[in-house]
Amino acid sequence: MFTKVLIANRGEIAARVIRTCQKLGIRTVAVYSEADADSLHVSLADEAYLIGKPRVAESYLNIEKIIEVAKAAKAEAIHPGYGLLSENPAFARRCEEEGIVFIGPKADVIAAMGSKIEARRTMEKAGVPIVPGVSFALDGADEAAKAAVSIGYPVMLKASAGGGGIGMHIARDEAELRQVFEGSQKRAASFFGDGTMYIEKYIERPRHIEIQLLADQNGNCVYLWERECSIQRRHQKVVEEAPSPFLDEETRRKMGEAAVRAARYIGYANAGTVEFLVDEQKNFYFLEMNTRLQVEHPVTEEITGIDIVEEQLRIAAGEPLRYQQEEIRRDGHAIEVRIYAEDPNTFYPSPGRITAFSAPQGEWIRHETAVQSGITVTPFYDPMIAKLIAKGPDRQTAIERLLEALRDYRVEGIKTNIPLLEAVLSHPAFQAGDTTTDFLLKHWKPLKTK
Amino acid sequence: MNQITATMAGSVWKIVVAVGDRVEEGQDVVILESMKMEIPIAVETSGVVKHIHVQEGDFVNEGDVLVEIE
Repeated sequence: MFTKVLIANRGEIAARVIRTCQKLGIRTVAVYSEADADSLHVSLADEAYLIGKPRVAESYLNIEKIIEVAKAAKAEAIHPGYGLLSENPAFARRCEEEGIVFIGPKADVIAAMGSKIEARRTMEKAGVPIVPGVSFALDGADEAAKAAVSIGYPVMLKASAGGGGIGMHIARDEAELRQVFEGSQKRAASFFGDGTMYIEKYIERPRHIEIQLLADQNGNCVYLWERECSIQRRHQKVVEEAPSPFLDEETRRKMGEAAVRAARYIGYANAGTVEFLVDEQKNFYFLEMNTRLQVEHPVTEEITGIDIVEEQLRIAAGEPLRYQQEEIRRDGHAIEVRIYAEDPNTFYPSPGRITAFSAPQGEWIRHETAVQSGITVTPFYDPMIAKLIAKGPDRQTAIERLLEALRDYRVEGIKTNIPLLEAVLSHPAFQAGDTTTDFLLKHWKPLKTK
Repeated sequence: MNQITATMAGSVWKIVVAVGDRVEEGQDVVILESMKMEIPIAVETSGVVKHIHVQEGDFVNEGDVLVEIE
């Protein structure tokens, strides 16, 4: 096992990774920007290094600076967390070149899954169902319109390098497709440095259900069941739970086996997630593969009892998987909500100083954050300030425990989406498990007036 | 002269008008980026763009003047 690990991230995930390292007796190195000098991850780590200015491009995305710090601190491995450099093949490759272990899959595997078009082609070859669509880069609006006719409207226009909902647009007819094509392409080029676009059939009222995988360097792979993450705003997840209230055991098993097949096909090692869209008939289609730890990993940890970060560290250190598929248990139900610094009605960001902060505690409650009273939530980073997870023996109990915890949550000085989260969890449709991706769109009015 | 100000702290991602342009009520003049989200800033009254006080990439605080309309 490693003796020292650098965490190339910030906020709650950096703190989360540091805690598991401490449990395993691994020393930790934090990096931070000028905006994060007072952050929790900085004080939790054994060593901390300032790496630049507040903007991510001038600090957390500065590959050479992070490598330089890792070498100076004599860190044997780098955990990238999620976001930032976690799915950057150039960073993984630089780590490999410097003899530093990148805690994640190989650079080539990250690159193959980072291009959504390439990932579609690969999954098709691996025998994993994909959403009907085109697996090539569209030349322009004319070609998009031609392809859309063969697929059938409505279609989803997507950026091949996209993520987090940026560069995605639904088109219900040719006029709409032509209208949005150029703008989406420009936006993708601006955000991702790659304006490559493709289209898929738009699946109505789907659920977003993903399979958590663990794979070692010897080709062993297991799935840790699924998470349903259908409640989303602007194509970004808000509520995640495990198990899904929708799946039956047969579909669950088929999805798990398809995800394992995909991972084996590409030679995947470390923790990863295969995301699927599931339609009303329980047909499932590959959406994308996340080659990293995910925000919502705690719900899987809560129902399986497996510390996914610990397994990541063990796999990266060359240890074989410690579990066979039949040993992966599923106990109870866990739900996570993402607490965002944003207006709960408009979803607009709400940066500012937190003047008062207190989080609920309890046997069945898990709270992951790096903020505290007195800190300033800056506009430079993602609006997520915390994750709150509740577990229960069944879904209804988990919902009730989470609602109770949210009522005890106190954040002053900035707006948060807590009122929205309470409204979602209390809504009869959510409680009945009617959790399709259009949930907020469909139930917007009652949520807004609540 | 109408001053169009930033509704929140963030970076100027795009300026979508030029000095001398005629803009109509509700039209976006600047797109800010805050917390990885695009925030369009629109004019409340029609007019002509007289001054642009920011450049793309600038960091602005809530209340900073972005554009002046006459």
